[in-house]
Amino acid sequence: MNPFFARKYVIQGIFITAAVFIIIRLFYLQVINDEYLLSANNNVLRKIIIYPARGIILDRESRILVQNEPVYDLMVIPREVKPFDTLEFCNLLGITKERFDKQFKKAKNHSIYRASVLEKQLSAKVFAGFQEKLYLFPGFYVQNRSVRYYPDSIAAQFLGYIGEVNERMIEKSNGFYAKGDYIGISGIERSYEDLLRGQRGVQNLMVDAFSRPKGHFADGKYDTLAVSGEGLQSSLDRDLQKLGEELMAHKIGSIVAIEPSSGEILAFVSSPTYNPNLMVGRQRGNNYMKLLNNPYKPMFIRPIQAEYPPGSIFKIVNALIAQQFGSISPSTTYTCGGGYRYGNRVMGCTHVHGPTDLTQSIQYSCNTYYGHIFNKMIDHSGMRSINGYKRWQTAVAKFGIGSKLDIDLPNERKGLLPSADYYTKRWGSDKWGSSFNISLSIGQGELGITPLQMANTMAIVANRGFYYKPHLIKAIGAKKVIRREFTKKIAVGIEQQYFGSVIEGMSRVVNQPGGTAYYSKIPGIEMCGKTGTVQNPHGADHSVFVAFAPRENPKIAIAVVVENAGFGATWSAPIASLMVEKYLRDSISRPAAYKDRITQASLLPAIKQKLAPKTTIKKDSAKTVSKTAVKP
Amino acid sequence: MTNIRPRNIFFNVDRVSLYLFLALCIIGWINIYAAVYDPENTNAFNLGTNYGKQFIFILSACMLGTLILLLDVKLFSTLSPLFYGISLLLLVAVLVVGRNVGGNQAWIPIGSFRLQPSEFAKFSTCLLLAQYISTTNFKTKSWFSVGLAGFIIMLPVALIMLQPDTGSALTFLSLIFVLYREGLSGYFLVIGAVAIVLFILTLLLSKVLLISLLVFVAGILLYQLRKKKQWITPIILGTICSIFYIFSVDFAYKNILQPHQRTRIDVLLGKVEDLRGQGYNVNQSKIAIGSGRIFGKGFLQGTQTKYDFVPEQSTDFIFCTVGEEWGFVGSLVVVGLYLFLLMRIIFIAERQRSSFSRIYGYGVASILFVHFFINIGMTIGLVPVIGIPLPFVSYGGSSLWGFTLLLFILLRLDANRMGII
Repeated sequence: MNPFFARKYVIQGIFITAAVFIIIRLFYLQVINDEYLLSANNNVLRKIIIYPARGIILDRESRILVQNEPVYDLMVIPREVKPFDTLEFCNLLGITKERFDKQFKKAKNHSIYRASVLEKQLSAKVFAGFQEKLYLFPGFYVQNRSVRYYPDSIAAQFLGYIGEVNERMIEKSNGFYAKGDYIGISGIERSYEDLLRGQRGVQNLMVDAFSRPKGHFADGKYDTLAVSGEGLQSSLDRDLQKLGEELMAHKIGSIVAIEPSSGEILAFVSSPTYNPNLMVGRQRGNNYMKLLNNPYKPMFIRPIQAEYPPGSIFKIVNALIAQQFGSISPSTTYTCGGGYRYGNRVMGCTHVHGPTDLTQSIQYSCNTYYGHIFNKMIDHSGMRSINGYKRWQTAVAKFGIGSKLDIDLPNERKGLLPSADYYTKRWGSDKWGSSFNISLSIGQGELGITPLQMANTMAIVANRGFYYKPHLIKAIGAKKVIRREFTKKIAVGIEQQYFGSVIEGMSRVVNQPGGTAYYSKIPGIEMCGKTGTVQNPHGADHSVFVAFAPRENPKIAIAVVVENAGFGATWSAPIASLMVEKYLRDSISRPAAYKDRITQASLLPAIKQKLAPKTTIKKDSAKTVSKTAVKP
Repeated sequence: MTNIRPRNIFFNVDRVSLYLFLALCIIGWINIYAAVYDPENTNAFNLGTNYGKQFIFILSACMLGTLILLLDVKLFSTLSPLFYGISLLLLVAVLVVGRNVGGNQAWIPIGSFRLQPSEFAKFSTCLLLAQYISTTNFKTKSWFSVGLAGFIIMLPVALIMLQPDTGSALTFLSLIFVLYREGLSGYFLVIGAVAIVLFILTLLLSKVLLISLLVFVAGILLYQLRKKKQWITPIILGTICSIFYIFSVDFAYKNILQPHQRTRIDVLLGKVEDLRGQGYNVNQSKIAIGSGRIFGKGFLQGTQTKYDFVPEQSTDFIFCTVGEEWGFVGSLVVVGLYLFLLMRIIFIAERQRSSFSRIYGYGVASILFVHFFINIGMTIGLVPVIGIPLPFVSYGGSSLWGFTLLLFILLRLDANRMGII
């Protein structure tokens, strides 16, 4: 036996120890630590998002308002680029050499193996020219994408726009959105984002060490297809909208038209408007800044964001409520001596109307009459004035005034309808009465109503006591689903019988010679309306007109506000009458000059300082009232 | 007893080793197939690919093995100086006519194949070492004997270092196990181990701290062993040598090692993280193996190896494919097979009557062990990246033939273990 035989065990021991070390290490790598599986997947898996086509938006006659148009992103994989004629390349694309160098450097810094965008959103025209020469530029390729396109360039504020998501949105979406995704930022694009965006598809591609795709992971078992966004049918009438925007050109204001029998919004004009195509494409950023800095604030969605004291049109609401309360009847007559006297003060009236009944009070817009009935509702209701006011406030609120109508657009404002507590606080005591806020009787003072609320009020009158939630999307998807909330009748708590004399008064406003809007009478159509003039402490008064037509079985309710335009009868009423006729007849019977006078008029206020987007509601109602008195 | 012609050539050949050899070759071939498998180009069999070539290599290795089993057993001891001489000549020739691949002038082109002389130097060195120790008056106590044995080992090492192929050269150092088995003082192993530990500590700790630590330990030892006078000199000498060693390691590390070697060591020690440069291989290799989890991703399902994340995946990093596609279980099987083979070789070596065969057997075990440990160790980040193949598994004709020669000569010797050489 070899004397060193026992050394065999030492060597065996060393071999076994080494193997055990290897096994322990393997156990750690393969069983305990699971970081490596993650790293392996990161190495090899590339999630490719397949973007669905965004849903298109149609008008009520299924004419296209928004569609998708292909654009082309020029991509580059720097590693595959061979020397080429840079000058020709830049000329084809219409970019400068500096721009190219900058973009190419950016792409190279990102990755030389992976594709980066060199130039975003080439138009079809640029692409066509470039495509023929593409073979000259290895390493470059073009990737299709689609952008929004607005064939008629109308209804910008209604449709809204889309933009890239920001960090906050990504965070809020719980990982649904990723950098570079588009999301609806405003308008319908935003409120119906969930439906329009569709469902993204995912492809789990495997790539090799050089990021070259090598097929689908697990044979595509985990891949999903993209599902296109739902198409939306809006309630808008394209032609009516177009006319509205035409009429409101060079003016600040809104038109809202509603179909009373459904709550569908037929026209939604916010003026000044802008071409929605500006918010798409390579110039988007510049255009956006320009719009944002425009002193007339085209991005401001006036129909739902501008709040005005409604002025005389509010008399309709007061007339209805007073009847419902039993404070007056249609035959109740007050004598107008040129104003309503309360305490030692007077709320002036435009004329001396003499004895005036309810219908006449609407017809002539008699302030005195409403001073009396407001006083009766608040101070002579058999309860304390403050409770009388509370009852009145509740009744007004039912018209959707002072709260959001919950239209299917973001950023709607609720307007202003002060509570009783507001006055108690303001006057330092709850012992106040109608003389403390008498201007509410004629729609002045602490009231703020959006054009949408005005139009909705007209829909209520047209329906004689109820409305449907105003909405812009009448049907969703191929199945034309209608949201249930839009088919629910909402009663405002005024019995039908009380509408007759008010509507008669409104009819006379338009149709009887001498009515304040007789100039806007539509031949053959009985339109019922009411003019209003909204005081504007910053400049010329705002012209307001609300109406519905025809008187029986009304098809359209409308509100028109033209800022700084003076009397309601001068601008707003003719605009409304043209809109109504266009909608009901699809043509305009009046001479072209009638329309041209309006379309050609520019009523934009001179820009002195920052233009106030809305009429601020004055705190001191007494002062406002005295100003009313000065009006002729 | 003289050499009796066996009934068949596999008479008395150790079947266990034979099966282990075949198993490893087949595992190697399967994993090479998986490593170069391209799902987009699945031509069933292609001699132009690595797995096609490896198939030829395996077939020819089997023939080579059979041929060795047919040879006269005396040939190996008698002709060992000749084999050694030829190997050295080839190692010199490669420096002259060799082709430089990846910085190493290690290959002699012969037709479309390339011969790697260092692979063949392994078996011939083992043979000559066995011949020298078994036949001459070798005394492990004699500095001359040990020096000459060391010379036999270091001569090919020196030539290989000129290529320079540090990895292959390092494997020869494993032959210290042979000398140890034959009576070399255990202190050499201890000194070797201490040298490795000190090397790592030198790179990890500051010199001042390490030397103070060393002096402190020496002081305690001196105090503890103050009664035993014979210990005082070795301890003091050892400490001085260690301090000198630390400085030379530091110097060598900073001035002699090439930058990539330095980085590989730094990466291993965790001193630098260089996932895109020198650390890339090891990191990707660990990812591939780690992502295999317990049961692996399955044959041809490995993504890291298939898609080229791991470099050198059919040669030095073939174990990644094993780890990724067959998981911990498969890795365990491969490690187990190697350990089994190593134990079997030691068993075979110990049952030899001739010391030549025994010594050669230990040589085979040592060479295989160092390849096995360093190769798998580097893929899992246990040792620095040293480019040596995994025996029988890695792609490559020279290495497969080299290891086949190594193993089958032992099997031939073993088949004749009852005879006297």
